[in-house]
Amino acid sequence: MLEKKNGAAIYLVDNSAMPQTLLIKNGRVIDPANSIDEKLCIGVENGRIAWLSKDVPAGFTAQKEIDAEGMWVTPGLADMHVHLREPGREDKETIETGTQAACAGGFTAVACMPNTNPALDEESKIRYVVQRAQDCTCRVFPIGSITKGLAGEELSPFGEMVRAGARAVSDDGKSVRKASIMKNALNYSKSFGIPVICHCEDSDLSHGGHMNEGAMSSLLGVWGQPSIAEEIIVSRDILLASYTGARIHIAHVSTEGSVRIVREAKSQGIAVTCETCPHYIALTDEDLSSYNTNMKMNPPLRTRQDRDALVRGLADGTIDVIASDHAPHVSEEKDVEFDAAAFGVIGLETSLPVVLTDLLDKGILSPSEIVRKMSVNPNRILGLGGGTLSSGVNADITITDPRVLWTVDSKYFFSKGRNTPFEGLKVKGCARYTILGGAVVFERKVMQ
Amino acid sequence: MKKIELLMDALALDRALTRITHQILEKNHDLNNFGIVGMQTRGVFLAQRIAKKIGEIEHAEFATGILDVTLYRDDYRTAFKQPEVKVTNIPFNINGIDMILVDDVLYTGRTVRAALDAITDFGRPKTIQCAVLIDRGHREMPIAADYVGMSVTTRSHQEVALKVIEIDNEDSVWLMERELSD
Amino acid sequence: MALSINHLLGLKGVPEKDITLILDTADNFYEVLQREIKQVPTLKGITIVNLFYENSTRTRISFELAEKRLSASTLNFSATNSSVTKGESLRDTMRNIEAMKIDMVVVRHSAAGVPAFLTRCTNATIINAGDGLHEHPTQALLDMMTIRQKFGRLKGLKVAIIGDILHSRVARSNAWGMTVMGMKVVLCGPPTLLPQKPECLGVEVTDNIDKALDGADIIMMLRLQLERQQSGLFPSIREYRERYGLDLEKLSRLPKDIIVMHPGPINRGIELASNVADGDRSVILDQVTNGVAVRMAVLYLLGGGDNA
Repeated sequence: MLEKKNGAAIYLVDNSAMPQTLLIKNGRVIDPANSIDEKLCIGVENGRIAWLSKDVPAGFTAQKEIDAEGMWVTPGLADMHVHLREPGREDKETIETGTQAACAGGFTAVACMPNTNPALDEESKIRYVVQRAQDCTCRVFPIGSITKGLAGEELSPFGEMVRAGARAVSDDGKSVRKASIMKNALNYSKSFGIPVICHCEDSDLSHGGHMNEGAMSSLLGVWGQPSIAEEIIVSRDILLASYTGARIHIAHVSTEGSVRIVREAKSQGIAVTCETCPHYIALTDEDLSSYNTNMKMNPPLRTRQDRDALVRGLADGTIDVIASDHAPHVSEEKDVEFDAAAFGVIGLETSLPVVLTDLLDKGILSPSEIVRKMSVNPNRILGLGGGTLSSGVNADITITDPRVLWTVDSKYFFSKGRNTPFEGLKVKGCARYTILGGAVVFERKVMQ
Repeated sequence: MKKIELLMDALALDRALTRITHQILEKNHDLNNFGIVGMQTRGVFLAQRIAKKIGEIEHAEFATGILDVTLYRDDYRTAFKQPEVKVTNIPFNINGIDMILVDDVLYTGRTVRAALDAITDFGRPKTIQCAVLIDRGHREMPIAADYVGMSVTTRSHQEVALKVIEIDNEDSVWLMERELSD
Repeated sequence: MALSINHLLGLKGVPEKDITLILDTADNFYEVLQREIKQVPTLKGITIVNLFYENSTRTRISFELAEKRLSASTLNFSATNSSVTKGESLRDTMRNIEAMKIDMVVVRHSAAGVPAFLTRCTNATIINAGDGLHEHPTQALLDMMTIRQKFGRLKGLKVAIIGDILHSRVARSNAWGMTVMGMKVVLCGPPTLLPQKPECLGVEVTDNIDKALDGADIIMMLRLQLERQQSGLFPSIREYRERYGLDLEKLSRLPKDIIVMHPGPINRGIELASNVADGDRSVILDQVTNGVAVRMAVLYLLGGGDNA
């Protein structure tokens, strides 16, 4: 049991929690897959959803009762873009600490990227991750690499990786430079029914850039990477997907042009989905005026115009998923001059609050749409099996309180990383309970 | 600041300068190796007047030098902010001359000490003599003036303020006192 | 009489009265530099570190001379561009230096934002001697001092800055500082060497040299880094010289009282012809002299006082 106290709030992560018979009452149950959005009670038994109804069935006794008055009860949230750093950089994060951070953020499932050291480019590496994740407080689904060692030359063995548990392939961190290799990868992926997740970046155009190329980069005297570096590869990969008939998912969309290109591709029936991250919604390159390295990531924060386009893309369904791209770094790699700082910010413990503050509170997305973006769609795209509260499914449940006002303080994070762009931000809303297979693995108590 | 006593009016000021001029000439005979340097700010005007008086007596013209000692002060590290640096211009060779430093008020002696440091960086005069209009006591250094217009006993919360026609529209020396509200 | 800033990180946002105070003070230090003994004891006992991560002989020497003329104790730290993969981190270097009890740091680094970063690492006063593509405030100050010397004023004068604007921190600092002082600034260069969003600098930007030179009182030529040709930013030196270089022929078509400036070092025969660089309209050497005076003024105004 891990406990952190932040003033009157206590965060508890229980990695030895056992499945219990649970009664969750008075909560607003939001289950878009089953078209449910109403006040209901839920019973959990033997690690599965037993029933949903207005009244508690006679004879049902629970070991633990949760009063979810004023809160949302939804299928467990799934973050499909996370860097757990293990194997290789356990100093930045381990599967254990990363999953603790995930459940503290309300997630019951994460998909982890293969750019570890060694890379997850074959069966044994995938099995390693699956095994290390076994008793953790969040489900971990590995993503295998597209190419061996992420070198962009030879395809990884998709078949054996999928057999070992991989749900997708990606060379995230970079693009597959050669279009011919990407074409082969897309074709080959069709045999396994998995999506190819594309990190879209023309490294020749983006080379040397530490932030978005624009007025701000000129003002700050920092070399920038242009938005077209992303858009050119988004176009390329969508055209390749269309040509091959494969299914792709565009990672961390950050520009207006990318949104437009995806929207157009979807209207033509091309099998493309995409995600954006909370930091691209909440921040812009104007927030970099103090050279804060905790706001340096790749792709970089873009302009207001890009941000507004992302918001529209979320509202009209062009963008299917909100994922964190959780990328922890040690302080030695961040507490340096801007140009030398590593790219990447953490996000598991701030995704939900930032989404609630910037999208729900501003009336851009409804609660139901938020659940789609953060649970239903990621589950569907990767075939994770979750995303619903149908009776009989695993009791992976997130209980969110959208009313809580608090301030982000990285001192209390469960992640090893402290590189958050939201330090000190006042937010509204947080996860109150995270239930994994019927076990309460995370709880946020408030002392009276 | 409020005015306590008029120490000198325009006439008294002029007479003091005339007396100082004669005293200087009494002591300094070789006017070919001679120079007058006024200390920023009002010492400069006093120096110019003395030089003019000498010129009238000796029927010759004398250039005066201007010295700003801000860069030689001893309170750079302890002052709240940096004081303004003003012009320094000594347009003659000071090596081997009898030099008269002219200042308006001699108080702690620190300004003259700084001036001595500054002058040494410019060269090596044969003698450095100091002429002040008012000596108000309270020395913090072993410094004395060679020529004094008037000696005045003052308290440390008081101030002696010289006004000159060139920049203040009047000639006067007032003894001032800090008001409670200052 | 005091500066409103505690460090000199750049000229963006520095008010007119601060720049005026620095220039006025610099004029008085200029006089010190004409004396036989070009030294004053003002900064005696103050320790200044010249933390130069980028190769720069001229700027470092200028600062060092300014420091010595003020009788400060100077420490020189030169390093090839250090990143965390190459050796000691910047923060650690700063900590080690500070443990030796220093008062001021003059820093030059290829990464923008380093001077600002240092203000968070140490209590010492920080002076930016050039950070990445961001700012080079003392260069702009000495440029303005030189112009003021020649014209007796700054307000209303037009300056054309010509060359690789995209990579120039000198152009940026001058754009901020000169605009605040009431001058009209025009930046000019080939489109590949101009920022993508030029409006952000708040001054006129053009690729047409004739338009830039029209009505100019001052021409400032920027150094062209020849490696830029390798990265495909312009096709050839010959074409660059023809279109954006300043030679006697171009100069002869302009009013006789125009002055020519250059932050140095000059690529003779490329952006500036030798006979112009050495000609009677060139004030390049005055810039160098004024550089020491301006840096003395900055050190003097920021260095003392009970700022603890």
